Amino acid sequence: MTKAARPSREKWSGMRRRELYGLLFCMPFVIAFLVFSVYPVFRTLQMSFMNYKGFGKETFVGFANYIRAFKDPLYWDAFVNTLKMWGVNIVLQLGLALLLTIAFNDMKYRIRGLGFFRAVYYLPNLIACTSVAFLFKTLLDWKFGSVNQILLSLHLIGAPVNWLTGKDATAQIVVGVVGAWMWFGNSFIMLMAGVQGINTSYFEAATIDGANRWQIFARITMPLLRPVMLYVAVTSLIGGLQLFDIPYLISGTEGKPGRALYTAVFYLYTTAFKNNQMGYAAALAFVLFMIIAVFCAIAFKLMNRKED
Amino acid sequence: MSERMKTNFFRALLYFALIFLAVICFIPFWLMLINSTRSGNEIMTGFSLLPSNSLMKNWEVVSTNMSLGRGFANSLLLAVLNTVLVSYFSALTAYGLAFYRFPGANVIFTVMLVFMMVPAQLSMLGFYDLTNKMRMIDTYWPLFLPSIASPATVFFLRQYTISILPRSVLEAPRIDGAGELTIFHKIVMPVMVPGIATMAIGAFIGSWNNYLLPMLIINTPAKRTLPVMVAELSAVRDITTNLGATYLVVAISVVPIMIAFCFFSKHIISGIGAGAMKE
Repeated sequence: MTKAARPSREKWSGMRRRELYGLLFCMPFVIAFLVFSVYPVFRTLQMSFMNYKGFGKETFVGFANYIRAFKDPLYWDAFVNTLKMWGVNIVLQLGLALLLTIAFNDMKYRIRGLGFFRAVYYLPNLIACTSVAFLFKTLLDWKFGSVNQILLSLHLIGAPVNWLTGKDATAQIVVGVVGAWMWFGNSFIMLMAGVQGINTSYFEAATIDGANRWQIFARITMPLLRPVMLYVAVTSLIGGLQLFDIPYLISGTEGKPGRALYTAVFYLYTTAFKNNQMGYAAALAFVLFMIIAVFCAIAFKLMNRKED
Repeated sequence: MSERMKTNFFRALLYFALIFLAVICFIPFWLMLINSTRSGNEIMTGFSLLPSNSLMKNWEVVSTNMSLGRGFANSLLLAVLNTVLVSYFSALTAYGLAFYRFPGANVIFTVMLVFMMVPAQLSMLGFYDLTNKMRMIDTYWPLFLPSIASPATVFFLRQYTISILPRSVLEAPRIDGAGELTIFHKIVMPVMVPGIATMAIGAFIGSWNNYLLPMLIINTPAKRTLPVMVAELSAVRDITTNLGATYLVVAISVVPIMIAFCFFSKHIISGIGAGAMKE
């Protein structure tokens, strides 16, 4: 659409010089972007074909790092851990956000106080991951944590639960729940913005035609919310597969119990900065990127198919 | 009548659930604040929802073992630098892309959009290597210079400027002979302030909370930021043996953001909503 408005190539020389100010204004961005965003990605790609410690000499090794990555059981274990934690997280996060969106848009109950609730639900998202991790590590402490103390005094549990250092699954579920606690408010705000973006005349027309609340929700709200839900799910997947800070810190930087809290990026980080295998870590990063791309493609396919 | 009572009953139930969820969101922070006023022994023997009187003692333990003030100042400096750079250069770039037709504008815009979708960990290793080769490890440069290029903010502000600033506004000052950069500073920027503010708050919080990059790049203890200090808390024996002091450290890192949120929650939330709608 902008093509028609654009002058042809010969005209550029004769163009008012003023238009070139636009280029000048973009220059700081372009330079910083090339240096700090574009170059590092290509450099990571280049490193992934090298045997490189992060310093000193690098030698070309072809696809050796990638072959090693695909055969590395530690990496795939870490990847499966990541998926499990993200799975718990997304089901809770999106489920809660969707329930809240239904509640606040219900025409019968007319819930008030949206501004207040939205702010409180969003609050956990603002806090630094390090603080969240440390806070929950302390609150969930087996012996002295407030959570066990509260549950014991309410007689909800008979003995202290070993939240973080007991069974693998418990620790993974805890991390997933903490993730959901941090992110459901964010998803809720996005879904609400999506609902508010729906033309109100659809609702009016449906009401006049005698549709009930559930029909309106199922036939109008949900289908029109699909793009926003897709956006929330895909961004959560991209973020979730890169899960690092919370499991890293909550497990005391070692991935305990066992290796249950070892995530893909956690492994990548250890490989690059503790074991000094930069080249191999770069290959791990690209393998993860390929997986994310495939997952995103599948998500888009699934979501679009239903629209026919 | 009974139909109405049923409605009221379910409404009350719904409010109860919503308030319960709000409590779940808030209670960890409440326990954190309360526990930072209690002694280590009190915390070990049970929980309380009411404050105690050990705040000053905990502060003594914290202040003799950690230079939290230093970390606070470092975090603040970086957050301010990042916010200023993100705000100014994103606004300038957005205006340049939206209001001028120059060769390459579409290329810049397209490449920017593509890179918005590239996950951060792809550039992390290359970025670290670059920082290393430029001898910028243990300096603040790599922690704020990249803010000059924030594609998501440029994208948001570009849409925002197009929707809010009519082209005709620029004609009068141009006839008066004002320079293009002066027009941007005096006329365009003031109009963009609400949009810039939304993005600026996000940039500030993002920088304040940033952990991975400062952890990788900064070695000198005196240069560490608050999140890095909090993360290394477990290494400070005198503090971890006193749970009250542990909670206090976390509280100190969290409270500024909570206060900021009280003032700016509307802006912050409208920024997220805008993020969802742009897709």
